Amino acid sequence: MSTLPIFDVAGSAMNAQSVRLSTVASNLANADSVSGDPNAVYQPKHPLFTTQAVAGDPALSGVRVTEVVDSTAAPLKRYEPGHPLADADGYVYAPDIDPVAQMVDLISASRSYQANVEVFNTAKELATATLNMGK
Amino acid sequence: MPSPDSSFLGIHGTALALREQRLQLLAGNIANADTPGFKAQDLDFRSALNAALNPVAPGDAIDNAVAAARYAPAASQASLDGNTVDGERAKASFAQASLEYRASLSFVEAKVRGMLTAITGQ
Repeated sequence: MSTLPIFDVAGSAMNAQSVRLSTVASNLANADSVSGDPNAVYQPKHPLFTTQAVAGDPALSGVRVTEVVDSTAAPLKRYEPGHPLADADGYVYAPDIDPVAQMVDLISASRSYQANVEVFNTAKELATATLNMGK
Repeated sequence: MPSPDSSFLGIHGTALALREQRLQLLAGNIANADTPGFKAQDLDFRSALNAALNPVAPGDAIDNAVAAARYAPAASQASLDGNTVDGERAKASFAQASLEYRASLSFVEAKVRGMLTAITGQ
């Protein structure tokens, strides 16, 4: 058993939220990445969170990203015959990414990350105070 | 049969250990605020302290008390993904629990200081 498992709990959550931030960044960065082939379009990514027991104790619930799944939403078809990437019929395909929803996800992830940093700092202060007992 | 160190620290040594266990549960709630299907957990401190001070089963008194006094508080608002963590309430509970830990710690520290004074005579 870890000596201070609360750090593992907060650390695993920060790690998971960091993955979530990365996927949002990736989705926003590729919101305008068009392609002439509907099968080659960037697919929005989304992490799946699950609870993971820390240090073998089921009461200590950390977080783990089981996998990052690709969205199955069909790409958006746009008629732009002048586009250099357009297919034979003049269409380009863009990923179905809602920038507003991605921004909301970004803010939610960053707030959750901050909450866990607060937990980490509080736990660190309490542990330091306990270690300095009697000084 | 109380051990010498527990009678020296009185109720506060046990209370401090339980406060730490509660902090761990609440940290798990904040960590899993975005995990689908996660059920929030909390510790009924009063019954945990009673159980830890009057152990009936063999084994670690703190572990047994925590296992018996753990409960899942109901969510104030249902969430679509089955998660029962209330974000703000979880943070408030954690802040309160950390203050209670500090309170217990200061009681223990006062005992230790008293003992140090008695040993060194200064």
